[in-house]
Amino acid sequence: MIERSKIAAEIDDPIVAEALKHFKASVDTWSEAAYSRSRMVRGGMRTSWRLAASWALGCLLAAGSVAGALYERHVRQESARIAAVKAAEQKAALERKAAEQPVAVVTKPARPVAVKRAADEDENLLATVDSDVSRQVPSAMEPLAQMMESSGAN
Amino acid sequence: MDKGVVNLGRVVTSTKSMAAGTAVKPMTAEAEEEIAAREFASIVESHRPQIFRFLLASLRDVDLAETLTQECFLKAHRNWRHFRGDSSAMTWLMRIAINLQKDHWRNRRLQFWRHTQSNAVDVDEASDWLPNGERNAEQQILAREQVAQVWQAVEGLSERQKTVFLLRFVEERELSEIARATGLSEGTVKAHLSRALGRVRAELRGTR
Repeated sequence: MIERSKIAAEIDDPIVAEALKHFKASVDTWSEAAYSRSRMVRGGMRTSWRLAASWALGCLLAAGSVAGALYERHVRQESARIAAVKAAEQKAALERKAAEQPVAVVTKPARPVAVKRAADEDENLLATVDSDVSRQVPSAMEPLAQMMESSGAN
Repeated sequence: MDKGVVNLGRVVTSTKSMAAGTAVKPMTAEAEEEIAAREFASIVESHRPQIFRFLLASLRDVDLAETLTQECFLKAHRNWRHFRGDSSAMTWLMRIAINLQKDHWRNRRLQFWRHTQSNAVDVDEASDWLPNGERNAEQQILAREQVAQVWQAVEGLSERQKTVFLLRFVEERELSEIARATGLSEGTVKAHLSRALGRVRAELRGTR
């Protein structure tokens, strides 16, 4: 074992030597105090508290999820009942209306000749425009075909 | 405390000579176990405070230092039969403590969420501990400041530098012992000590 002064003597800087001496004394004091303190068994308490808290939280979550599921089921049943009642009411109203009104024969009116002619003219015009536009746009292979022709000529 | 270490060396040596003596007078297995148990009990009694102090200084966590001290002696007890006495029992125990500390930090890094559960005290709290000497209030304040600065410097050291530094300046171990306990060469220990001291010096002069 080394003497304390020997270690201090290795350090030529008196400030550092002094600081290290205080540091060691501080650690010794702290260690002795901590070592000789009365030991408290806190692990069990901490564990039981955590266990109780986790159980409470788990029960709360389970109760919440069950209550949520029940509420959802109730809401669905209620909306289905309301929809069924509405549908029955609508059906009854339609049946009532049908019973009140006499049956009428609906005949399709003949299409006027002028309207038909106008529609034909429009179709012809659109066809002309389409053909003009398609002629203005070059074919996708046209530039390649021109190049091949020019290279063949060379 | 220091005497305990010296005595321990004698105990170990005498045990080895006793073991050599078994050739002359055979001992029963029970008697051997009893002797080993007594030896180990004396080791625990004399070295436990030192191992605890080293771990406390390394971790600054009283609960954790206690736990690792327990683990250290548990491990030592399991391997007591394999201890050949090449180095002193203290060095052997220090080596176990250092390895336990390394394992702890490795596990801590993996289980990062445990960082919040750390009970390590901060530098200021650690530097509050000073012996009740005959110094006046001014000297005590100065000493506390110096201790805080050393803690600050220690906090900035790498794990290895910190271990070497604490073994040298708190546990006051020889360089050869530190080398054996840490598994480093003496040259490397010297280099680590030099760097650590440089850091402490810079911290004390406020040039860090």
